Amino acid sequence: MTGWGDRLRGRIVVAVPYLWLMLLFMVPFGIVLKISLSDYAVSIPPYTPTLDPSAGWSGFQDFLGELDFENFVWLTQDALYWKAYLSSLKIAVISTALTLLVGYPIAYGMANAPDEWRPTLMMLVILPFWTSFLIRVYAWMGILSQEGFLNQFLMWTGLTAEPLTILNTNTAVYIGIVYTYLPFMILPIYATLEKLDASLLEAAADLGCTRVQAFWLVTAPLSKSGVIAGCFLVFIPAIGEFVIPSLLGGSRTLMIGKVLWEEFFSNRDWPVASAVAVILLMILVIPIILFQRNEQKQREAEQ
Amino acid sequence: MRRLTWFNATSLTLGFAFLYLPMLILIVFSFNASKLVTVWAGFSTQWYGELLRNEAFLDAAWVTLKVGLASSTLATVLGTMAAYVMVRGGRFFGRTLFSGMIYAPLVMPEVITGLSLLLLFISIGLDRGVFTIVLAHTTFSMCYVSVVVSSRLVSFDRSIEEAALDLGCTPFDAFRSVTLPIIAPAVISGWLLAFTLSLDDLVIASFTAGPSATTLPIKIFSSVRLGVSPEINALSTIMIGIVAVGVITASLVSKRMIARQARDEQQAVHS
Repeated sequence: MTGWGDRLRGRIVVAVPYLWLMLLFMVPFGIVLKISLSDYAVSIPPYTPTLDPSAGWSGFQDFLGELDFENFVWLTQDALYWKAYLSSLKIAVISTALTLLVGYPIAYGMANAPDEWRPTLMMLVILPFWTSFLIRVYAWMGILSQEGFLNQFLMWTGLTAEPLTILNTNTAVYIGIVYTYLPFMILPIYATLEKLDASLLEAAADLGCTRVQAFWLVTAPLSKSGVIAGCFLVFIPAIGEFVIPSLLGGSRTLMIGKVLWEEFFSNRDWPVASAVAVILLMILVIPIILFQRNEQKQREAEQ
Repeated sequence: MRRLTWFNATSLTLGFAFLYLPMLILIVFSFNASKLVTVWAGFSTQWYGELLRNEAFLDAAWVTLKVGLASSTLATVLGTMAAYVMVRGGRFFGRTLFSGMIYAPLVMPEVITGLSLLLLFISIGLDRGVFTIVLAHTTFSMCYVSVVVSSRLVSFDRSIEEAALDLGCTPFDAFRSVTLPIIAPAVISGWLLAFTLSLDDLVIASFTAGPSATTLPIKIFSSVRLGVSPEINALSTIMIGIVAVGVITASLVSKRMIARQARDEQQAVHS
């Protein structure tokens, strides 16, 4: 028997988080969309038109009439923006591939480690995720700089005579992304490799496969879903990354997260910043949908 | 066939060296006597002393702690409610939209979340400060809490809950005396996750903070933009230390709690 009070409580449990997300997630996004259709103006707030509720219905109509796609047209015309989108995509693709190259062997090693080691190894992979992202990126500034540890090491071994310029280049950005997102790649791959039935590999060996052949014919295809999940988990946040390009990248590193930040904080052009955000989101929708399909397929396969 | 071949041993050694060496270097050089951060000049704790005398950092740390505690607690309450609704709520109007709003912030670039919240606060005329950072952090971290909690809600034996209802509990009592104790480890780890996310966040806080409130990440970011500094190394070491101790303790405690619960659950079913 549920009484009146319980039904009320039930409603509240639904309504409170629902309204919270509506007000602080959906509505703000609507505002971004609206401002992206407005024009820049030297005023407070720095855009027109603003909706004046006292003008009533006709005021609302005027307001709608003044909205336009000018900022979006501007984004397609100014080379800076589409170059920044393309370069974000390029950096995200390259660093995702590099993360996979670094992460797969680690996940593979973990899955083949003795059973009693594995909880500790898991913990060691997760621990950096709990430490500040900012600090992990910052740690590389001291390593990659001209007089940094990497150059000291390379010159000590005699591999280079002159210090290399790594900090403030795209290379530093790749290293930063690989380093900070590595746990996101390792964990899903490890999860699929751990479940892999070892008897399949024995069967492959019995049928005359070498270890390398068995890896490509058995292990690699069976860990595909983990690889795909890991790649999306690195790729999606890497596109909109801000901290890594601004600390490790140089003035020539173009990434859209940084452009948006500068458009907003330095140029104070809110309408253009909003339009940049809207397009970034439209670019992200595709990988997000693909990622969710992959997750769904994996869940269905497990059932 | 769980053998540690030379290949696996090498990849694990190199992999973990890559993950931990940068932080190790940072920690070692926070005890460097020299101001030059890459040249070792003897052991010293002077940077810790200077850090503790730096009012701006202490103020920022205090703001960060306040924001973290408030937003993670709020996020835990809201996120647990949201998880309960998602898993047990059945059908209700706008369910798809609701689950969309739970998952979207997880993949949303921080610059967009920050920008959109800032534009909201400005358009409703809310002064930016500690309160707006709390609102912003609560919004994104409640989604993480709800994912953590709902994975626990999905996996536990629902018949225990039903038994409580059959024995005359109201749904609210059943939640409080049966469901909540069972999902408690997930709720606690959700809180911890929300807390660390809040301590860690730079981008969203920068948008929503305004001039009156500065959090530690904002302070760190503005000073490391100019280059590496030994004070920041000291601060980083303290933060890494707190996290390491916290995570290890939490995982030991939760392991024990989960083991005890599994035992209790089995006893409840089999007796």
